[in-house]
Amino acid sequence: MYQFNYQKAGSADEAASAVTAAEDGRFLAGGMTLIPTLKQRLAQPSDLVDLAGISDLVGIEDGGDSITIKGMTRHVDVANSDLVKSKIPALASLADNIGDPQVRNRGTIGGSLANNDPAADYPAAVLGLNATVITNKREIAAEDYFDGMFTTVLEEGELITAVRFPIPAKAAYMKFPNPASRYALVGVMVAQTGGDTRVAVTGAGQDGVFRASEIESALSANWSADAAKAVKMSDDGLNADIHASAEYRAHLISVMASRAVTAAG
Amino acid sequence: MTGTGIGASVKRVEDQRFLTGNGNYTDDINRPGQSHAWILRSPHAHATITSVDISKAEKADGVIAIFTGADMAADGVGGLPCGWHIHNKDGSPMLEPGHPPLAHEKVRHVGDQVAIVIAATHDAARDAAELIEVDYGVLPAVINMDAALAGGTLVHDDVPNNRCFDWEIGDKNAVEAAFAAADHVVSIDLVNNRLIPNAMEPRAAISEFDRSSGQYTLHTTTQNPHVIRLLMGAFVLQIPEHKLRIVAPDVGGGFGSKIFHYAEEAILTWAAAKVHQPIKWTAERSESFATDAHGRDHETHADLALDKSGKFLGLRVATKANVGAYLSTFGSSVPTYLYATLLAGVYTTPAIYAEVQTVFTNTVPVDAYRGAGRPECTYLLERLVTKAARQVGIDPVALRKMNMIQPDQYPYQTPVALMYDCGDSPATFESALKASDYAGFGARRAAAEKSGKLRGIGISTYVEACGIAPSAVAGALGARAGLYESAQVRVHPTGSVTVYTGTHSHGQGHETTFAQLVSESFGIPIDQIEISHGDTDQVQFGMGTYGSRSLAVGGPAILNACNKVIDKAKKIAAHIMEADVSDIEFADGKFTVAGTDKEMAFAEISLAAYVPHNYPIEEIEPGLDENAFYDPLNFSFPGGAHICEVEIDPETGDTEIISFTAVDDVGRVVNPMIVEGQVHGGLAQGVGQAMLEGCVYDDAGQLLTGSYMDYTMPRADNLPNFSVATQSVMGASNPLEVKGVGEVGAIGSPPAVINAILDALAPLGVDDISMPATSLKVWQAIQESSVRQAAE
Repeated sequence: MYQFNYQKAGSADEAASAVTAAEDGRFLAGGMTLIPTLKQRLAQPSDLVDLAGISDLVGIEDGGDSITIKGMTRHVDVANSDLVKSKIPALASLADNIGDPQVRNRGTIGGSLANNDPAADYPAAVLGLNATVITNKREIAAEDYFDGMFTTVLEEGELITAVRFPIPAKAAYMKFPNPASRYALVGVMVAQTGGDTRVAVTGAGQDGVFRASEIESALSANWSADAAKAVKMSDDGLNADIHASAEYRAHLISVMASRAVTAAG
Repeated sequence: MTGTGIGASVKRVEDQRFLTGNGNYTDDINRPGQSHAWILRSPHAHATITSVDISKAEKADGVIAIFTGADMAADGVGGLPCGWHIHNKDGSPMLEPGHPPLAHEKVRHVGDQVAIVIAATHDAARDAAELIEVDYGVLPAVINMDAALAGGTLVHDDVPNNRCFDWEIGDKNAVEAAFAAADHVVSIDLVNNRLIPNAMEPRAAISEFDRSSGQYTLHTTTQNPHVIRLLMGAFVLQIPEHKLRIVAPDVGGGFGSKIFHYAEEAILTWAAAKVHQPIKWTAERSESFATDAHGRDHETHADLALDKSGKFLGLRVATKANVGAYLSTFGSSVPTYLYATLLAGVYTTPAIYAEVQTVFTNTVPVDAYRGAGRPECTYLLERLVTKAARQVGIDPVALRKMNMIQPDQYPYQTPVALMYDCGDSPATFESALKASDYAGFGARRAAAEKSGKLRGIGISTYVEACGIAPSAVAGALGARAGLYESAQVRVHPTGSVTVYTGTHSHGQGHETTFAQLVSESFGIPIDQIEISHGDTDQVQFGMGTYGSRSLAVGGPAILNACNKVIDKAKKIAAHIMEADVSDIEFADGKFTVAGTDKEMAFAEISLAAYVPHNYPIEEIEPGLDENAFYDPLNFSFPGGAHICEVEIDPETGDTEIISFTAVDDVGRVVNPMIVEGQVHGGLAQGVGQAMLEGCVYDDAGQLLTGSYMDYTMPRADNLPNFSVATQSVMGASNPLEVKGVGEVGAIGSPPAVINAILDALAPLGVDDISMPATSLKVWQAIQESSVRQAAE
């Protein structure tokens, strides 16, 4: 990797000002994407501002009709949280299947969402569960947060302090993994929250996570696995690569949605 | 009895240091005054080098020196040689275009070496490399073999149509006659997918030059240090053996990819004498993907002629094999003598003819990878035979049985040069059918159907030739080196033993298995025995480890040296115990005089040999230290039967291996636990080839599968609990009666997996799928069949 200045922040505000003050500063959360990128010399930030020491950014809080997960909470802690497991088991199970144990022991929800990898799992949870992304500057609705692959509406010096998930009536996440990377080739979160049915798809879209409105309509009318499976998704706007054609991804969206409905009950 | 002799599942003695982080790998070694190298590589698959401007780079912080291809060419450095000479059909020699260690005037694959930057630190070298300005004249790349053979773009200007050679084996007329008389002809077109080896340890090297002695030393990640000394010393750098030391310390896996003499070894060794300080280089994983020699990459059309009853009459094979941009060390032998000489397989096919064209492309060289030619051959045969069974309407088990070589037919002369010394394919096949409950498959398929799954079963019966090789045979076929092995057995005064072997262990467990041979021979426990390998200054000579040769060729060398020790020790014992040598018996580590109670322990004799106060000095020399070279009588021919059972989720194409049964004939088993581990590892690689691994270049020659994000290595959860067993006919061509085991898993398994997948898909009318049979391909095959069926 190229040389950079390493800074360790004591608070979210301190981190934000350090990044803003730097010539080309970057927040360092779990580093599960950023560090490999640096090692391959694909990025050359002037400063890395490490968020690891900020205790305010870690933890999971019960908000009654919601759960708030602080930005630097690791995947393993979401997966093992009794609160998450009892209130939103789909989210705990999603976190438990991100990457491998090493990734889950380092990677964080805030880091994953700020990176917005088009095949990451958490974006499907945020959009499917209609979560709110809370930053040091504002609250952003899931609908407004994602802005294309590896792109979000986060501004310079803006960092994710927490994510608030409303408690769904039913939800489940099904992932068909890329055989090599084990990222989602197609991952689908289906949820019923406050009478609203949502189906969020990661891994498949050229612009990152999206809502499969055709399946949402089908499930709103008839919450059943067969209804989801019967939807023939268009392959417009879907990724095609050596691992999957757009057509295969379109097909897998319906199949994974249908299996998620079965799992959600 | 020591309990550590032949047949004992002794725990691997080397694992203690490997598992506790105490291994001594090349990158763990640091030499005083060491500098670091970064190799600047071509980003283009095919380009002329118009100019290389190092003026900015050489002024960068920490830079010691920068060398380019022009510097090496000006110094008269030779090209990397190919170790096996092949002739065309018309008798003319294969074309061997130059392979300069640092590309000169032209680059021919992404990753081709363009310059070496030597600096005080790794980062400084890499930083400076970014300041080198290379002016490339980008040329069209040729990746596909048919396109390459059509000419147009030439990888090497002096190789028309990019054809390295056009070779044949077998009796063409006899095969044509067989086809003319055939009742059935079954044809198949297959691709044997290109694989990227992935040893856990990437390649690395440290070079040194001693100005006072003129001695070069290279620590390198190789499977065969003496071969590197020979190839690099004699052909590339003109350094005589006594001035060149090659050390291969602990090496973390090779699978063939560390046999070859790589450019970096020559570049570093040459440069060490320029900068007068040690130079260290360790490949990054991305470099491993892009520059380690790849494996397989065949396209084949084959026809099988059968009579009315299903008897095989003739086999005709036409193969195109990709050798990449340059001929690697064994690039020419793998798709010829290691491939087509096995086309009889386990069958009595009387007439066989094969032609092989090898093709240069703008891709990294292709060379031996676990199995090397034999997986390609086995895949072809076992797919073809399975297809024949379906086409002709004969049960695949029955068709195989009726064509198999019977045990009383050995030694069996095949129509393609090899003579199988011994074997019993019907026996291993029968055992595998039983162990896999083949007869009960129908019920399991029906049960799977009820849960919406497609279940299939696939068979592969195989034989392979390994234990490379009798030197005379190899030489007659074009090998440019002998293929014997050597051993020195040095008994120390107190009776402990050091064995120097010319083979090299990079995961195989030689330090245990070879010690067991000595333990058996001398009747001493293995903790008294050290196996030493890898340093050309310590080990007398050797040809290294590949082609499952270490035990079959290296083992008898150790045995013969042990026997020489025992012969000499008996003379010492006879002298001391005042008996005739013919009355001295040796068993369980004790020398006894027949018919008396006189005895001397092994260590007493060794002490006497080194403290020869009471010694037959007029008859024999002091010391107990013997050397032996062993050249085998024939290859060894392991074989067996692999049976795979899969279940497919038709909605997604997801395929799960439910069970995998392997019954292998590997001759005498020295350490059953190590043998089982070797078979497991081979099976994992075979399953990887069949279902997961596939190297993809785009049309411009960029490697799309250049990391684990896109290249699917098999993981534990891709594999079932293997059911493996050995059932052996003792090897007939070496005194240990052993055969090779390192490659059998990777050779036998891919067609078993694919045949199982095709069996599962057969009810849908699917009759072909290519490796790797990923979920995507399985799903597509199902879709195409439903579209076809709907249309019908």
